[in-house]
Amino acid sequence: MLSQRSVPPEMHQQAINDEEHISAVEEADEIMEEPEEQEDGYTSSTPTSTLTWISWFCSLPGHEYFCEVTEEFIEDDFNLTGLNNMVPFWKEAMEMVLDVEPDEDNSKIPDVSIVESSAEMLYGLLEKYDGGVFGICPRVYCMGTSVVPCGRSDIPGLDTVKLFCPNCNDLYVPPSSRFQGVDGAFFGTTFSHLFFQTYRELAPAPFWRPPQIGEAPSSPRSSQGSNQRNSPFVNPNPNGGQKRAAGYVYVPRIYGFKVSERAKSGPRMQWLRLRPEDPEDLDAVDWRGRWIDDEDDGYDDEDLEEDVDRPMEDFDPDAMDGDDDDDEEEEEEEAASTQGLGQQHSLMSPSPTVSSTTRTSPTSVGVPYTPQEKSPMSPSAYAVSPVYSNNDAGRVHVVRQWVPRPEAWAGAIH
Amino acid sequence: MFSSWISWFLSSKGNEYFCEVDEDFILDRFNLTGLNNEVANYSQALDLITDNLDDDIQDSLRGSLDVQARLLYGLIHARWIVTARGLAKMIEKYKRADFGRCPRVLCNSQALLPVGLTDIPYEKSVKLYCGRCEDLYSPKSSRHGSIDGAYFGTTFPHLLFLVYPNLIPPKNGPADFGGPPNSLGGAGGVGSGVGGVGGAGDAGRIRRNRIREEPEPSEGGGDQIVTSNVALKADRYRPKIYGFQVHEIAKLQRWQEAVRDRQVSRLEALEEAKKM
Repeated sequence: MLSQRSVPPEMHQQAINDEEHISAVEEADEIMEEPEEQEDGYTSSTPTSTLTWISWFCSLPGHEYFCEVTEEFIEDDFNLTGLNNMVPFWKEAMEMVLDVEPDEDNSKIPDVSIVESSAEMLYGLLEKYDGGVFGICPRVYCMGTSVVPCGRSDIPGLDTVKLFCPNCNDLYVPPSSRFQGVDGAFFGTTFSHLFFQTYRELAPAPFWRPPQIGEAPSSPRSSQGSNQRNSPFVNPNPNGGQKRAAGYVYVPRIYGFKVSERAKSGPRMQWLRLRPEDPEDLDAVDWRGRWIDDEDDGYDDEDLEEDVDRPMEDFDPDAMDGDDDDDEEEEEEEAASTQGLGQQHSLMSPSPTVSSTTRTSPTSVGVPYTPQEKSPMSPSAYAVSPVYSNNDAGRVHVVRQWVPRPEAWAGAIH
Repeated sequence: MFSSWISWFLSSKGNEYFCEVDEDFILDRFNLTGLNNEVANYSQALDLITDNLDDDIQDSLRGSLDVQARLLYGLIHARWIVTARGLAKMIEKYKRADFGRCPRVLCNSQALLPVGLTDIPYEKSVKLYCGRCEDLYSPKSSRHGSIDGAYFGTTFPHLLFLVYPNLIPPKNGPADFGGPPNSLGGAGGVGSGVGGVGGAGDAGRIRRNRIREEPEPSEGGGDQIVTSNVALKADRYRPKIYGFQVHEIAKLQRWQEAVRDRQVSRLEALEEAKKM
């Protein structure tokens, strides 16, 4: 019975139409018979039925994460191996999913679920991913990376669906409580990673180099950093992620000064988000997680003390000035949202020299701009402007206390 | 009607992150040094938030004055919450999880603290700092997402944990202030897809218990607290395909953990040196 379902309804309809034209042909009888049978057994294949169970299920509130599984996939018994042990009322459930007229009304929710984790579904989810259906990573420095649904278990009933961010490789609780009733096993532990294995251009690379300082720090218009940013990103590992990562790591500061790791409350978790600058750096650690050559890996102990005092986020204030004319789309958005305040947004805390008390420009009388950010951080924020201007009215010139070095980024915590 | 502008402001929807600034803090002009340069109609805005505004002020001014009063209150707030009394008030809110809970699954609904990315107003909206993963997250609601980060400042959460080291959250285990369960069956036994770095170590457990026994956080008093190796207890997510780790991610994670281990041995060496 089920196997006959493998011919989609439109084709039967087509067959009927064809039959009128080619009725003299012998096969016509067979074609004739088959649609008749269909009409009997499958209510959904009649023109009056508009919605399949699968479409209905995927359109339920809270089910936005699901994509539609093709009936051909479900009908292939091989794809369902083992599921009959996990789903009570298996036969009834299958009939409902495939819109077979049930013998009696049975409301057991079937498990379309594990099926979802299949590679067959990847394309359907790609569309949703591109559309941003699953939302963005809540982590500020992932800069709005789109997330995908992910389970923590392949066994139904244990945990709700979570969201996987390919940039920080971490799991997040969906922001809306309406997904807190969706079972994580309906997506499985594998799907999200298979998805990024398949679409490598969506997977952020495991290394990250901050925008470089221009050749001559004295010429703020040199746009070396942005040139580098505009050049196409290449991961030398063809099987690796081909997207430029969002690599900033948060650095806590007290009154503008970094909290030392020697403090009890000092940073302990920056490693969790850190990326090496170069892909080769990853090879400095062996399969057991030990440094292969502790003496000579470029992170030796003399560096460490020095590194501690380096600003992690204070890369390249000069290239940032040079960014003003650059053509990042997001930058334009960001600039528009500042509504003429003419300020470069800066993600970093002000250096000690830029405190609010040094600000001399009074805020205009008009309605102040309420910070609204489309994404937590636009590429313009890569560049940090130590000089902000308020329509040139109260330009504050800031004396820099240190000259940021190209290597002065998150790697400082080594 | 509300008795005062401040209580009206605090009870308005979307202002849940703010705490009450003591009136005598506001009335001490020293605390407001420099703010007259930040806020237009400064003195009238100050009169408004201290409920001393003349009733015969023009309606046209009143509209913009309200905006300036919010700005002024926000900037005073940023200074207030890094004072001893301000910190204590924010701790109460932290314990009620007024700032929300960490969205990271392995942070087990750790309560968050507000933080700014800059101390200059009109630049960046407020973010939320998780003391467990030590990372920043955007507020869930757009109402909170549009609050100016300068109203909380870059310093606040870090000063709080510096002054109250016994409030530093443990790196694993349940949240300090009773997070809501977020699994379907309530059972915590989802182990299959999740790799942890070691279980809950004894040291971590002891530390948590001790924090629970102290009803009131006291300033200082964290002498016994050792945080040199807490990173080893942090759980992390390990992406897997059909149970196998994903090569490139696994490699990155090994590198990250080697960086972590190096910091741990560095801090443990310092700890040893302190004992001698």
